Amino acid sequence: MEAVMSDTGMVGLTSYLTLGAILFAISVAGIFLNRKNIVVLLMCIELMLLAANINFIAFSYYLNDLSGQVFVFFILTVAAAEAAIGLAILITFFRTRHTIEIDDLAALKE
Amino acid sequence: MTIIDFLFFLFASGTIASALGVVASKNPVHSALYLVLTFVSCAAIWLLLEAEFLAITLVLVYVGAVMVLFLFVVMMLDIKVAEMREGFVSYLFVGFLIAFMMLALMVYVVGPVGPDVMGIAALDNATRHTAEYSNTEALGEILYTDYVLAFEIAAIILLVAIIAAISLTLRRRPNTKHQSPAKQIKVKSDERLKIIDSDAEELK
Repeated sequence: MEAVMSDTGMVGLTSYLTLGAILFAISVAGIFLNRKNIVVLLMCIELMLLAANINFIAFSYYLNDLSGQVFVFFILTVAAAEAAIGLAILITFFRTRHTIEIDDLAALKE
Repeated sequence: MTIIDFLFFLFASGTIASALGVVASKNPVHSALYLVLTFVSCAAIWLLLEAEFLAITLVLVYVGAVMVLFLFVVMMLDIKVAEMREGFVSYLFVGFLIAFMMLALMVYVVGPVGPDVMGIAALDNATRHTAEYSNTEALGEILYTDYVLAFEIAAIILLVAIIAAISLTLRRRPNTKHQSPAKQIKVKSDERLKIIDSDAEELK
């Protein structure tokens, strides 16, 4: 009988790391392409954190060490806090300026 | 090709396709919904890696809370899609160039070079656990012992985020009627009742 759950398949650590790398590259491209739209920029940052988390979990599994999963737990916490504060700043900005154009965000420079 | 391989390629292609959807879709609402799909298929990938607790956390916390927050904000703000798409085509080339260069480097490191130089092939300590193994229990055991200080700091970070988000978005409109608890507490009894001297006969 074939051992279905065995790890003799072709998917290994390299496959998961490649998936993380592809996700990261997509989100970098997204930051360049959507540089006018700050909401999509925030989403791309979330995607980047997700790519990092995939690497952490893959290493945690292949090293048989749970510390990687604990780290992902903390990254998720910080990412949630970042999203909440980022969106709050966005709403306050929209209330005062009635726009979310990134080019108008340079007020502190002047 | 084992069933694990099949599931990995299924969910990995789903993750990549929906991530491309996040980046490329015109409407930010569609982007947010594609991001939900990315998170869900990524949670399936994490299940393959036996990170069950984090996979469910990703679906509950991220899809259930953070993405709903994103959707609320996207729908609250009035976004002009046409203006937002300005420069999409002109940055297409440089964006893909940089992304491709980063991807080529990272895949080069984990692919051809990794097994020899980085020793990634030697890292293969993976052991599938039996059905009795509880990932949540194992994670809780080290989270509340070895990492308890970091856990407390994470709690403080969340508290700071709550206070910051509320204080940033809270505003008092001048013409709305609202109670002031401070004034209500400070009031004295003679301020509550005012006795007016009036002649009852004269009122007739």
